[in-house]
Amino acid sequence: MNTLVRWLSATVLGLMLLPGTASAAWQLNLSPPVSHAGFVAYELHNFMTLICLVIFIGVFGVLGYSLYAHRKSKGHKAASFHENLAVEIAWIAVPFVILVVMAVPATKALLDLRDTSEPDITIKATGYQWKWGYDYLKGDGEGVHFMSVLATPRDQIEGKEPKGEHYLLEVDNPVVVPVNKKVRILTTANDVIHAWSMQEFGIKQDAVPGFIRDAAFKAEKEGTYRGQCSELCGKDHGFMPIVVEVVSAEKYAAWVDGQKKKMAAAMGDPNKVWTLDDMKAYGEKVYTTNCVACHQATGKGIPGAFPALDGSKIAIGPKADHINRVLNGKTGTAMAAFGGQLSDTDIAAVITYERNAWGNKTGDLIQPAEIKAARK
Amino acid sequence: MEAVHDHHAADHDQYQPSGLMRWITTTNHKDIGTMYLWFSFIMFMVGGAMSMVIRAELFEPGLQFISPERYNQMITLHALIMVFGAIMPAFVGFANWMIPLQIGAPDMAFARMNNWSFWILPVAGSMLVGSLLAPGGAAGTGWTLYPPLSVQSGMGMDMAIFGIHLLGMSSIMGSINIITTILNLRAPGMTLMKMPLFSWTWLITAYLLIAVMPVLAGAVTMLLTDRHFGTSFFSAAGGGDPVLFQHIFWFFGHPEVYIIALPAFGVISEVIPAFSRKPIFGYASMVYAIASIAIISFFVWAHHMYVTGIPLTGQLYFMYATMLIAVPTGVKVFNWVATMWRGSLSFETPMLFALGFLFLFTLGGFSGLVLAITAVDVQLQDTYYVVAHFHYVMVAGALFSAYAGAYYWLPKWTGHMYDETLGKWHFWLSLIFFNMTFFVQHFLGLAGMPRRIPDYALQFADFNRISSLGAFGFGLSQLLFLYIVIKTIKGGKKAEANAWGDAPGLEWTVPSPAPHHTFEVPPVIK
Repeated sequence: MNTLVRWLSATVLGLMLLPGTASAAWQLNLSPPVSHAGFVAYELHNFMTLICLVIFIGVFGVLGYSLYAHRKSKGHKAASFHENLAVEIAWIAVPFVILVVMAVPATKALLDLRDTSEPDITIKATGYQWKWGYDYLKGDGEGVHFMSVLATPRDQIEGKEPKGEHYLLEVDNPVVVPVNKKVRILTTANDVIHAWSMQEFGIKQDAVPGFIRDAAFKAEKEGTYRGQCSELCGKDHGFMPIVVEVVSAEKYAAWVDGQKKKMAAAMGDPNKVWTLDDMKAYGEKVYTTNCVACHQATGKGIPGAFPALDGSKIAIGPKADHINRVLNGKTGTAMAAFGGQLSDTDIAAVITYERNAWGNKTGDLIQPAEIKAARK
Repeated sequence: MEAVHDHHAADHDQYQPSGLMRWITTTNHKDIGTMYLWFSFIMFMVGGAMSMVIRAELFEPGLQFISPERYNQMITLHALIMVFGAIMPAFVGFANWMIPLQIGAPDMAFARMNNWSFWILPVAGSMLVGSLLAPGGAAGTGWTLYPPLSVQSGMGMDMAIFGIHLLGMSSIMGSINIITTILNLRAPGMTLMKMPLFSWTWLITAYLLIAVMPVLAGAVTMLLTDRHFGTSFFSAAGGGDPVLFQHIFWFFGHPEVYIIALPAFGVISEVIPAFSRKPIFGYASMVYAIASIAIISFFVWAHHMYVTGIPLTGQLYFMYATMLIAVPTGVKVFNWVATMWRGSLSFETPMLFALGFLFLFTLGGFSGLVLAITAVDVQLQDTYYVVAHFHYVMVAGALFSAYAGAYYWLPKWTGHMYDETLGKWHFWLSLIFFNMTFFVQHFLGLAGMPRRIPDYALQFADFNRISSLGAFGFGLSQLLFLYIVIKTIKGGKKAEANAWGDAPGLEWTVPSPAPHHTFEVPPVIK
């Protein structure tokens, strides 16, 4: 059976490559796989497509002959037969056999795909509206965690500047994994359902809030692979790509090292005392990365969908309410709890920015220490 | 001809208001059928206009015309309106007009309820379209309304929920009416196994509707209470599960696919024999195939949910069950081909649309079979491959079949023959532009373009441009149909009682246009 699948899929592959698919723009088939599961799915798809094509040509060849030969305009007189038990049984039995032939490799492929046992590295991917968070839970790199946000500038999206090569498929912090290691991805979500997918690895897994799902891959070729969130998750569903870099073991070790240093630096010193201007300037950066999608650069939000911060009761009211909202979010809305995502410094900065930007002129300066205290 | 009553004699003893009140108060199955058909065409135009907005935004990479949140609202309403507002009412319109004529009944069994089932629709339709004006806009969740996203949305979602409740009521009442009519009002001698296949498909579809519309109503009601009354059916934080909604939704949603497809099969089973001048091949096996498809449709719902994290055994079971549907569907296609085999074929517009249906629906069936294979579906789930697949089934399937039926029965409805040349233009333009729009979407999906995104990476640009151009052409071509229908109503060659010379069926024994009241004395079937 396997030989048959392989032989047939090679034929289809040959046919599909004929018109010169060198340019990715006219890609006609699944992307070339780099993992076992991806490879199996790729071959299976070719096998299915070819069988369907053969049946299609067979059935409509018969019909085509009929359309040509049995025309009224050619004076063909209608026969009067309207049943034939033998034929009718045959075209129940034959398709059934074909389905069984399809089901055998399909079952085997699924068993392979679902095997997530004994991974070398386990990474948790958490879907947020609208970015991904990654925690390296087990294996080399344990403890690394970061957020991964779309890196394409807004101006490219709005057509104010030319679009780059990896338009909408680039992030600030890609996932990095070593080549030829089995990686298990645990998916979950913070707010709504997202889906983590990577075609070259042959996996796609919904990320369901409150539940953990899993998928696994072993990438056999170094390179950068790009995918996208694959479950409608609201406004910016089209703007939360997934980028995975598959690297050699040495590069991976170096990356883990660098990541750990970066994390230590990013924590900031929660006891440092900031000036208002520095805090505002830093806060604007945090705002642009985390808040701007909903509340907008103007602070006006999107009426009816996302509230304005400019002049809002929270942003110019008591500081404690504002800190509480950013730390803990608001249930039943898209306002996430940022307490788990951002450092004390980040949260202090963004709140300081929001209380002093646009028409908000509170003059309030929030220090990281206040956030640290509020977390308790 | 006893089937026909003198017009004056039939009408003198009943109150017959004129003008608008005639349509609001009518209990006549032909009037109500006509209203269903016009309503569905108007909704088709509204839903079609939304698809034009969608394709305009996707014409090139970048955001040009609408914001991402409006885009999500457009895809949601486009689907809800096309499914519940256009395709389903179109086939209910056919049912109202044709079932009494096909089985020799004087009218539908519950004439007043029939009026009520129709007049709920414009209210529900306005609720859906009007939700665009709600604060925060319409539901932007896709027609599947998955929580928690649907719990986050504004009051546009509540309007969609109420709209769906109303549409469900209308469908259930219509179904009760159709079942009662078919089981009780058949002319003497019209046994079930002599009944035309269009009526058969509707009998089974009506049972499907009664079975699943309450399930959908339950799902959206749970959504409503989660949104406003503090329940946690679909929230893990309160002990619920978001995926529960998907199970309930698709338990409705998969039979819904056949609620749309079965009457389409029925129309095709009328048109192909008429233009092959040969009885349908394998009548009994057609009936059994319809019934098997309907029954299996209840057992395959989770093939929409392969990547939600259902267990391996679940994936295997749903894969096998889904593949099984290919058997009865294959039987239908083979029977249609065998009906044409050694017939005396002619290619008027209804036959052209039926042939278009046959080719393209089969293609959609094949892509469905590919999607049934779990390991492959994981690659294609939520990509444009799926979008291409269901448009082959819904547009080239259901819509082409509705056009086949409309051209086939227009002479009976209006008393005039439509313009054959224009009809053929309509078919060929629709066929070419349909494939231009949707065939390339298979490639987009294979290359990994997710569905439901307003903007996309650069490698998808070429196929998207072709698809958008095709969509604009397809949209414009449908205006031609409106023109043809209006022209046919206003005049044209007078249609004979049997407009096609020798088409089978009781509907062709009454004059064209069919008089207001038919079969007040039941015909006798040999």
